Amino acid sequence: MTNIFKFEFQSRLKSLAVWSLSITALIVVFFSFYPVFADQAAIMDQLLANFPEELRVAFGMGGVPLNTVMGFYSFIFLFVQLCLAIQAGNAGFGLVSIEESELTADFLLTRPVSRIKILFSKLLAVSAIFILTSLVVWVSSFGAIGLFRAGNEFQPGTLAVLLSSILLFQFFFLSIGLFISLIVKRVRSVTPYSLGLGFGMYVLNAFGGVLGDVKLELITPFKHFDAGYIIQNDAMNWALVIINFSVALLALILSIYLYLRRDIQAVS
Amino acid sequence: MNIIEVNHLTKYYGKARGIVDVSFSEEEGEIFGFIGPNGAGKSTTIRLLLSLIHPTSGDARVFGKDVRKHGPEIRQSIGYLPSEVYYYEGMKVIDLLKYSASFYEGDFKDRMKRLSDIMELDLNRRISDLSYGNKKKVGIVQGLLHRPELLLLDEPTSGLDPLMQRKFFDLIREENANGVTVFFSSHILSEVQRLCNRVAIIKEGQIVEVSNIRTLQQNNYKKISMTGENLTPGLFDLPGITNLQRENGSLNFFYNGDINLILHKLNQVPLMDINIEEPTLEEIFMHYYE
Repeated sequence: MTNIFKFEFQSRLKSLAVWSLSITALIVVFFSFYPVFADQAAIMDQLLANFPEELRVAFGMGGVPLNTVMGFYSFIFLFVQLCLAIQAGNAGFGLVSIEESELTADFLLTRPVSRIKILFSKLLAVSAIFILTSLVVWVSSFGAIGLFRAGNEFQPGTLAVLLSSILLFQFFFLSIGLFISLIVKRVRSVTPYSLGLGFGMYVLNAFGGVLGDVKLELITPFKHFDAGYIIQNDAMNWALVIINFSVALLALILSIYLYLRRDIQAVS
Repeated sequence: MNIIEVNHLTKYYGKARGIVDVSFSEEEGEIFGFIGPNGAGKSTTIRLLLSLIHPTSGDARVFGKDVRKHGPEIRQSIGYLPSEVYYYEGMKVIDLLKYSASFYEGDFKDRMKRLSDIMELDLNRRISDLSYGNKKKVGIVQGLLHRPELLLLDEPTSGLDPLMQRKFFDLIREENANGVTVFFSSHILSEVQRLCNRVAIIKEGQIVEVSNIRTLQQNNYKKISMTGENLTPGLFDLPGITNLQRENGSLNFFYNGDINLILHKLNQVPLMDINIEEPTLEEIFMHYYE
């Protein structure tokens, strides 16, 4: 079992490096604009007040004023979440389907290990990758804020609550991706699926309110782990977190069921 | 002891037929041939034995254990060579073989060296740089590396040049002499004829015959070809004659029946030459597929 974990972990290191660098760059570069924002707070607020409410919500500029450290950070965090969603979606959609599309499933599944062990080793490897990704986001977030907050105060405790939501957030995209990959006939390429799921969920959250009374946004993790809410309340929205976790867990359990019964088709 | 036991095994892919009511068994130490054209259900059967796919009905046992319940335990002692070999493209051959070996208990370093020497496989090349034939060699080494007790070979020779095929057959014979049971699926009859003790013939998902390779050749058919003047097909209207063909004053047919009857008949015909021989497996096989 450890050999599969090791193999899976190593083969994901390159992608981890790319995501880590991209997300770090995103956080640091974006946040380096904060001092300018904070200086011109009055002008900015006036400017933003002219935008329609829905547009401001869509870009994560809803509740919290942008000239505070946490407000500005929550605006960036939305894009960090989008990256994390795509990364987790990639991992989920590709977890087992990649063995089939690259035709290595025959090799792996004819080794003397059960499918459940294969699946758990892979999930464990992905979890390790997610934990490392999370760590990178923690370090670069605290780092960027430390460097560029220009003397303005911020709430490290609140930031910690926000950042600890990352793992749950990614777990959702991982298991939903895995589940979808097991109900479609064949996943030829992972990226279109993970981009679709990531942006789809983002759009649901951003424009769900525009649609009126239909509570579509309740199914998206971008709503479940809305940075604005967490910062304003200094806590997660536990009701939504429970919905999120239950859906993800259900998808995972169904995925295990489907994978154990799956026919691995011959290469043709 | 039966190493493989298949009972009324049936597999449908949705509505598409895989195999229907397949039953056969293979004894320890045998080289068992599994012959049929592409699409007959050879790979389906092998994939069921490996639990890569799940049966619709019926059951299969390997080493006396149900493949549905004891897959990992059974696969511990199986070496599998698929018809199409695909491995992690970015890896080096040696890393792939080490990864494969890490699933089994034991030290296989020397064996890896020996097998790759025999198959003339360069261990330091990247899988993505290998030709089809070379990938096949990786498959062979990988399949034999962990000293399996049962080899499942699915069209193993495709992509190997004749020299390598010979080395491969020698290797299989050597393994077999050491007690390894071999299940050999192929649509090329001559190689099955060279290697196997018994064969099962599969056609459109169903077993049409399981038989000793000698009895298959001997007991049934004689191939008779003769030359002479005034030979007409009408002369031979005996029951048991099939595939009667006439070309340039010669007459060929297969005969299955009382040998005295046909000799008596031949006695009455003026002949210049006659040839009575065993049909090749190829010809028998064609008969099953008419």
